[in-house]
Amino acid sequence: MKILIVIIFAFLVCQANAFRPILLLGNQNLIERTCKQTPFYDLCIWSLKSNPESRDASVKKLAQIMVDSLKTKATETLDLIDELLQDGLALDPEMQKALTSCAERYNVIIRGDVPEINEALKTGDYKFAAKGANDAAIEANSCEIEFPTKSPLTDMNKVVHDVSVVAASIVKIIQTKFSF
Amino acid sequence: MADISPLLPVSSSDGSSDLTGQATCRRPIKVVVSIFFGLLTVGLFAALLIRNNGSVDYVDVHENERGSLASMAFEKAENLKPVSRGLAAGVSEKSNWVFGGDLPDHPWNNSMLSWQRTAFHFQPEKNWMNDPNGPLFYKGWYHLFYQYNPNAAVWGHIVWGHAVSKDLIHWLHLPLAMAADQWYDKNGVWTGSATILHDGKIVMLYTGSTTEGVQVQNLAYPADQYDPLLVHWVKYPRNPVLVPPPGISPNDFRDPTTAWLTSEGKWRITIGSKINKTGIALVYDTKDFINYEMLDGLLHAVPGTGMWECVDFFPVSETENNGLETSINGPGVKHVVKASLDDDRHDYYAIGTYNNRNGTWIPDRPNIDVGIGLRYDYGIYYAAKTFYDQNKKRRVLWGWIGESDSEAADVKKGWASVQSIPRMILFDKKTGTHLLQWPVEEIDSLRLKGKEFNQVRIQAGSVVPLDIDSATQLDIIAEFKIDSDALEKATGSSDASFDCATSGGAAERGALGPFGLLVLADERLREQTPVYFYMTKGSNGNLKTFFCNDQSRSSKASDVDKHIYGSLVPVLRGENLSIRILVDHSIIESFGQGGRTVITSRVYPTKAIYGAAKVFLFNNATELNVTASLKIWQMNSAFIQPYPNL
Repeated sequence: MKILIVIIFAFLVCQANAFRPILLLGNQNLIERTCKQTPFYDLCIWSLKSNPESRDASVKKLAQIMVDSLKTKATETLDLIDELLQDGLALDPEMQKALTSCAERYNVIIRGDVPEINEALKTGDYKFAAKGANDAAIEANSCEIEFPTKSPLTDMNKVVHDVSVVAASIVKIIQTKFSF
Repeated sequence: MADISPLLPVSSSDGSSDLTGQATCRRPIKVVVSIFFGLLTVGLFAALLIRNNGSVDYVDVHENERGSLASMAFEKAENLKPVSRGLAAGVSEKSNWVFGGDLPDHPWNNSMLSWQRTAFHFQPEKNWMNDPNGPLFYKGWYHLFYQYNPNAAVWGHIVWGHAVSKDLIHWLHLPLAMAADQWYDKNGVWTGSATILHDGKIVMLYTGSTTEGVQVQNLAYPADQYDPLLVHWVKYPRNPVLVPPPGISPNDFRDPTTAWLTSEGKWRITIGSKINKTGIALVYDTKDFINYEMLDGLLHAVPGTGMWECVDFFPVSETENNGLETSINGPGVKHVVKASLDDDRHDYYAIGTYNNRNGTWIPDRPNIDVGIGLRYDYGIYYAAKTFYDQNKKRRVLWGWIGESDSEAADVKKGWASVQSIPRMILFDKKTGTHLLQWPVEEIDSLRLKGKEFNQVRIQAGSVVPLDIDSATQLDIIAEFKIDSDALEKATGSSDASFDCATSGGAAERGALGPFGLLVLADERLREQTPVYFYMTKGSNGNLKTFFCNDQSRSSKASDVDKHIYGSLVPVLRGENLSIRILVDHSIIESFGQGGRTVITSRVYPTKAIYGAAKVFLFNNATELNVTASLKIWQMNSAFIQPYPNL
C-alpha cells in the first residue's frame, strides 16, 4: 500500500521536529551556561532565545544579541519619555526636569554606549564593551532616581538596567575565559 | 521505525482478486488507519514532553522581574545607610554625607561641568582620549601621541592625536598624526611605540584593527625627518609587518613596545597577548622593522592574569639617579616588566633580571610577579608607557586617566579623559622592591605663590582648615610627624585585615589613623576627598602603613564612582610620613613616601567647586596626635592650546 508508506513517511518527518531540540542540545547548553553566570537568568534566557540568531551562536554573538536587545529596550523607553514630554504644560516642573534629564541619558545609551559596545565586540578590545554596558546600567539607574516622587519609568528603567548588567556579564565571560 | 511489512497485503500467488480478496483488503486498511492514529498520538505526546524539558516556562519571567524589583540596586534614598563607626568627633557623623538626608541635586549643570576641565593636565580640546602613544624627545621637542576619537566623547573610531612641548608641561596641539585610512587600521589606529635608531631616525610600530577586526602590527615613520614637529607621518606601503601567530587569537595581539638592542645587534620588541587565562609577552627580533622572527620563548608569562595590554619593558639603575636608555644592560641594572591587565583595568609592574642571550626575564620576587603584585597607581590609571628622555637622561612615565563619572556627563561636557602629569621613574634604592614615581620637575614652574604651615598640631579627632585662597589648582607637599610614644603604647590588634578599599574610609576611626588632608572639600564638609594614612599595629607589634584616597563623600552626585582607593606603603625607620598632592579641578594625583605608592583619582563635586573649594588637615585617629608641616602653592594654568600659525 503505497499510500500507507507515504503516510507513514510523512508522519515520521513530522515527528523529526520533535527531536530537533535534542540535536541542538549543544547550543542550548551554551545559552544556559552563559545565562547562569549572569545575575538575571530568566531575562537572559528570554532575550537570547527569542532571537533566532542565538541558535548556533558563539558567546561573542550572544553578547551582540544582548546589546541589540538593550538598544531596542532603550529606544522604547526614549519613545515613552518623548510621549510624556509632549504633555508639555500639563507636566509639573519637577517631572519635566526629570524627564528631560532621562531623555539625555537614554540618548547617550543609544548613541554612545551601544555603538561603543558594538565596536569593542567587533574589534576585540573588550574592556570598552564592559564600560559601555556598565554605563548603560548607570544611566538607567540615574534616570530612575531623578524622580522625587513616583517615576513613570520604573519598569522600563529596570529592564534596561538589567539587560545592561546581563550584557556586561557576558562580556566578562568572553574576557576571562577562552578566546572566541 | 515500525515494521510495516506485516501490513503489506499478501497477494495470492495467482494474482487474482475476488470477493474474498476484497474483504481481506478492507480490514487491513482499518488496522492501518487506527495504528497510524495511535502512533500519531504517541508521537505527539513524545514531542510535547521533549519540548517541555528543553523550554523555559515563559510565564515565570515577568513575575521574577517584578519579584526582584525590591532587591534591585536602584539607589533610592531609603536603601542607603550612613557610614557610622566610632565616636562622632573630628570628621564627624554630622559632616558625613548621608544619602537619605538630602535628595540628590540634579547634576549636571554647565557650571559644575565646565569646572571639571583641568588647567595643567594634558587633554585635547574636546572628545575622547585614551592610551598615550609613541612618546619621544626629538630635535628639541617632546612628542605625545594618543588614542583619540575625533567624533565623540566616548571610545570609538580611534585615530592618533598629536601634541608637542618643550618642557612636558606646556603642550601645543598638532593635527592628527594618523587616521584610520587603510584596510589594516580601518577599525582603529591603536597603541604603539617609537624607537629611535642609531642614525637618529624614528620608526613607529603600532597596532591596527583591520576591516575584519583582526589585530596586526604596522610600521610608520615621519614623512620629513627634518621637521622637528613631525607633523606628517607615512605608513609603510606593505603593512602589516606582523600578524597574529598560530595559536594566538586575532583579538589578543596588540601594543608593540619600543625596541631594544640584543647582544647580536638585532632589534627586539615585545607584544602582549594571552593563552587561555595566562597573560604573556611575545618576543620578536628584527633588523629592519619590516621582517621579524618570533622567538620560541616568551619574555614572561603569569597564569591567571588574562590579557596583557600595553606591555612595557625597560631597564632601571640600582645605583644611579638617572634613567637608562632602553638597550642598556649589565651589572647594577634591573629590568622592569609592566602590563596593563584587561581583566581589571589596572597597571602592574615587577622588577627582575633580564637575560640578554635567551630573551627571558625573571622576577626578583615571584610572589609579586607581573599582574599579582605592585601597581604603578592604585586609582584610575591605565595603559601607561615609559620612554627614555635623552634630553635630561631620565625615564619618563605617561599614564591614561579615564573618567569615573557617567558617559552622559562626558557627552554633556564634550570631553573625556586626561593624561597624568608625566612622572620620572627611579628604582627605590631604599626598599629595593619598589619603583618611585615623581612628577617631572618642570611642573614646579607652574607654582605661583606658596604658603607655609609649620608644625600644625592636629589633635585626635579634629579638623583644621588651611587658609589659602583658591583650592582647585594646587601643589601640596606635606610631612606628618607622629608621637613615637603613642605608636608604642598603641595596642596591637586584629587590624591585620585592613584594606583601603574595604574599609569605612576616612570616617572609620582607628587607633593610629586615619589622618591626612581633605581636598576639594566645602566649608561645611558636605563634600570632601580625604587623602590619608592609616596605620595598623599587628598583634606581633609590627606597624603597617596604608595610603588611601576616599571618594565616598567626594560628591553629592549619585552617578560618580565612590570607591576608596589605596594600598600598603612601605615606611622605613626614621622616615617621616610624607604626601604630595597635585589638585587640578577634577583630578587628584597623590604621592606617598616620595612616590613609593601613588593614587590618582577623578573627583566631581557639585558644591566644592570654584571659590567654595577648600583644604583641611584632619586627624580621625583615636589614640594619636599628629603634627603636620606643609607648603601649598597655587598652580598656574599650562595654557594648552593649538600650535599657532601652523
